[in-house]
Amino acid sequence: MTPETVLKLTGITKRFGPLTANQSISLQLQRGEVLALLGENGAGKSTLMSILFGHYVADEGSIEVFGRPLPPGQPRAALAAGIGMVHQHFALADNLTALDNILLGTESLLAPVSHRGPAAARIRELATRFGLMVEPDARVADLSVGERQRVEILKALYRGAKILILDEPTAVLTPQESTALFATLRSMLAEGLSLIFISHKLDEVLAISDRIVVLRKGELVAEMPAARASKAQLAEIMVGRKVTLPARTDHAGHAAEVDEPPLLKLDRVTAAPESGGRGLRDFSLHVAAGEIVAIAGVAGNGQDVLADLLSGLLALQSGRIEFKGGPWPASPRALVQAGCGRVPEDRHHAGTIGDLPVWENAVLETYRGDRFAGRGFRNKPAAIRHAEKIVAEYDVRLTSIHAVTRTLSGGNMQKLILGRVLLETPQLVIVSQPTWGLDIGAVAYIHERLLAARARGAGVLLISEDLDEIFALADRIGVMHEGEVTEARPTSTWTIASIGLAMAGAAVEATV
Amino acid sequence: MQLVPYADSSRWRLVLAPVWALAATLVLSALLIAWAHAPVGRAYALLLQGAFGSRFAWSETLTRATPLILTGLAVAVAFRARLFNIGAEGQLYAGALAAVAVGGLHGGTGWNLPVVILFPAMLAAAALAGALLLLVPALLKTRFGVDEVVTTLLLNFIALLLVSLLLDGPLKDPGAMGWPQSVALNPALEMAPLLAKLRVSSGLLVAVAVALVVYVLNQHTVLGFEMRAVGANAVAARFAGMPVGRVVLKTALLSGAIAGLAGAVEVAGRTTYVTLDMSPGYGYTGIVIAVLAGLHPLGVVAVAIFIAGILIGADGMSRTLGVPTYLADVMVAIALLAMLTSTMLARYRIRWR
Repeated sequence: MTPETVLKLTGITKRFGPLTANQSISLQLQRGEVLALLGENGAGKSTLMSILFGHYVADEGSIEVFGRPLPPGQPRAALAAGIGMVHQHFALADNLTALDNILLGTESLLAPVSHRGPAAARIRELATRFGLMVEPDARVADLSVGERQRVEILKALYRGAKILILDEPTAVLTPQESTALFATLRSMLAEGLSLIFISHKLDEVLAISDRIVVLRKGELVAEMPAARASKAQLAEIMVGRKVTLPARTDHAGHAAEVDEPPLLKLDRVTAAPESGGRGLRDFSLHVAAGEIVAIAGVAGNGQDVLADLLSGLLALQSGRIEFKGGPWPASPRALVQAGCGRVPEDRHHAGTIGDLPVWENAVLETYRGDRFAGRGFRNKPAAIRHAEKIVAEYDVRLTSIHAVTRTLSGGNMQKLILGRVLLETPQLVIVSQPTWGLDIGAVAYIHERLLAARARGAGVLLISEDLDEIFALADRIGVMHEGEVTEARPTSTWTIASIGLAMAGAAVEATV
Repeated sequence: MQLVPYADSSRWRLVLAPVWALAATLVLSALLIAWAHAPVGRAYALLLQGAFGSRFAWSETLTRATPLILTGLAVAVAFRARLFNIGAEGQLYAGALAAVAVGGLHGGTGWNLPVVILFPAMLAAAALAGALLLLVPALLKTRFGVDEVVTTLLLNFIALLLVSLLLDGPLKDPGAMGWPQSVALNPALEMAPLLAKLRVSSGLLVAVAVALVVYVLNQHTVLGFEMRAVGANAVAARFAGMPVGRVVLKTALLSGAIAGLAGAVEVAGRTTYVTLDMSPGYGYTGIVIAVLAGLHPLGVVAVAIFIAGILIGADGMSRTLGVPTYLADVMVAIALLAMLTSTMLARYRIRWR
C-alpha cells in the first residue's frame, strides 16, 4: 500500500506586523504516521497549528485535508474534516462529568432528547479500544491530570478525529503515565490515525515519531526521518548553534559544616491554600548551604502551596519553619531583607508587572531601601543604574530598560527576575519552575546561574516538574505527592523509574 | 466578529486614538445637531465662542473646570491603583458640608479664629470628610473583598440624604425662608476671584496645584510607585513585598481627600453655601474626565477644561439656536464612548467573519 497523504500544508506564510511567524512552510502528514514538530518557543509551532485549526488565517498558502482544501479561518471546518487537538492546557469544564465534557458541543442545543446512553456506550468502546480508561460519570474536577488528558483525547476521538495534534502532551505526566500515553498513541496509529506531536523533549520525540520537522524563527529548517536523527543534532538545529547544558559538579566541603544549622528547615509543616484545595501535610525538609535540593512531582500535588509558603504569601497552620536556626521571616519583604531570594513560577503575573518599565521591575523588591529611595522619594538614577547592571550581567536582551516589561520574551523576563534576585546575593533561593516554557539556550543560562549560586555557597530549593532539570541540578531530591514529601535523598539513589513511582504515590522507602 | 490583538505594539496608533475619538465625537454630534434642525457649522462656532471666545467665556469655562479637575484627579488617583471610586460625588458633598461646618456663619463653628488658621482648617476638614467617606468602602474591600464599585456608588445616595438631613437640621440657613440651603460661609473665607469682575476663583490654582502634586507623587515617590504597581498587578506587587492592603487604604484616603477638597473649593470659590443641587454630577463627570485623560494627572487638567468648555459652550449654542442643552451631556457621553472605542481599536483589530 502506498502511503496516503492525509494532510498537506503548502507555502503557509503568516505575518504579524514586521514579524514573520511562519515563512512559506510546507509539510505533509501520511496516514498512520507520527510527525514531530520541534522548535523553541516563538519558532512558529503554535502559529502553524492555530492556522491549521482555523484560529488564524494564513496570509499565503493552502491546506488540504484528505485531498480536499480546508477553508481558512473556520475551526468548525477543521473539526469536521477530522482534525482534533489536545491542548497543553486542557479545555475542560471542571464541574461537569467526563461524559458531559466529551458531548459538549456535539449535540444541537435544540435537539429534543440527548442521546447520552448510546454516546456513553460509544465512549466506553473507544476507551477500551485505545486504553483510555476513564469513568464517564466522574466529575472532571475529581480526575487526575493524566485522566483529564485522556478525556481530552476521547473528546477528539468521539468527534471522529483522524488527525490528532498533541501539544506538549507529556509536560504534565509522570514517566509512567507518559509510557501509558505512548501505548495509547501506538494503538491509535495501528488503527490508521495520524499524529502531530509537538514537544521540546528530544528523547520523547526520538522515541515516538516517524519523521521530525524542525522550525526555527518561523522557517522550516530541517526535515528528517527520526531513525536518522540524534539528540545533539536536533538541539543544534533547533537553536541554530551549539548548546552545552551545564552540569553539576560534585564539590566536597559540606560535610565539614555539619554543626551549622541548615539554612532552611521545615519540620512537620501543615499549610492549606487560601482557595481551598490541596495543601501540605506533615511536610519535613531541610536545605543546607551550598546544595540544591529539588522537589519533584506532578503538577497539583501541593508544590504551589510549598512555593507560596516559602515565598511568604501563606501562613503555616502547624509545624515549624526555621531559617538559619532562627525564626522564619514570614512575609515577602522580611524574606527579601533576611537574604532569601524567591523566583516565582509565574513570571508574567507574579514575577513582574508587565505594564511597568523594565527598570521599575528591576527594583520591585528593593525600591524602598536606602539604595533606591530617601525621605519617601525615589532615587530614579540609582534604580536605572541597577537595572542596567542586571541587564548587563544577566544577559537580558531588550530594546530599552524603559520599555514595558510585557514586551520581553519569557527567557529575558526570567533572566531579569533571576538577576533581580541573585544580585542581592541571597543565602537561600526558592525557585519554582525556573525554566518552564523556555528555550534550550535560556534553560542552559538559568541552570548555569543557579549552579553558580550553589557554588558560592547559597542553598537552593528547586521546585520543578521537569525531571531532566532536576537530575541535572539537584544534590538531593524529594518527591511530592498529595501534599506529602518523601525524604530528600541524594540524586544518585534515584532512577527515573523510582522517581516516577514516587510521583504516583507509591511508597519508595523500601527500595533504598 | 472577533477582536485580534495587534502583534506589534505600535505607538502612533495609541497616540492617534484621541484624535480619532475627537473627530468621531464631532461627526456624531453634528448628526444630532442637524437632527435638531440647527446649522451644524454655526452651532459648533457658537459652542466654541461660548466656551473660549471671550474673557467672560474663559472665566465661565474655568469656573466649571475647577471642581471637575479635582474630581477627575480623585478618580484618576484611585483608578490608577485599581480602586474603583465611583463615589467622588458623595465625597464632594461631604467635603462641602465639612467646609461650611467649620467655616460657616451661625450654625457653623462660629469659631472666631483668624482666617490664616480657619481657611486651612476648612480645607483640611473637607479633605478629611471626603477621605473618611471613601475609607469605609476601602476597608470593606481590603478586609472582606466587598466590591467598591457598588459601595462607593451607593454611598453617593447616602451622602446626598445626609446633606438633605443637615440642610433641614443643624446646618439649615435660618434666613433662607425655608429654602433647603446651608448656612453661608464666613465671607472672609471666600476665595478671591482670579480676574477682576469675573467669577473664576483662585480655587482653580488649588486644583492645578493638586494636579502637580499628584503628578510628582505618581512619578517620584515611593508611595506613587506602590500605587501604580498595585494597580497594574496586585499579585506581583504582593509577591515583591508591597503592603497591598495598606497601599489601597492610602490611595482611598488620598482620592477621597481630593474629592472632598473639590467640595470645599466649590463652596469657598463659587456657591458660598451648600445646596442639594450644588453639583450637577461633578463626581460622575470626574470619572469620564479621568478615563479620557488616561488617568494622567496633567491630562486631567486639560480634559476637564475641554469638557467644561463643551458644557458651557453648549449653553450659548442652545440659547441662540434653540437646540436642547442636553446636547452637551450627549456630546460628553459620545466623547467617552469614542475614546474607549478608539483606544480599544488601537490595541485590537476587528476581524469579521
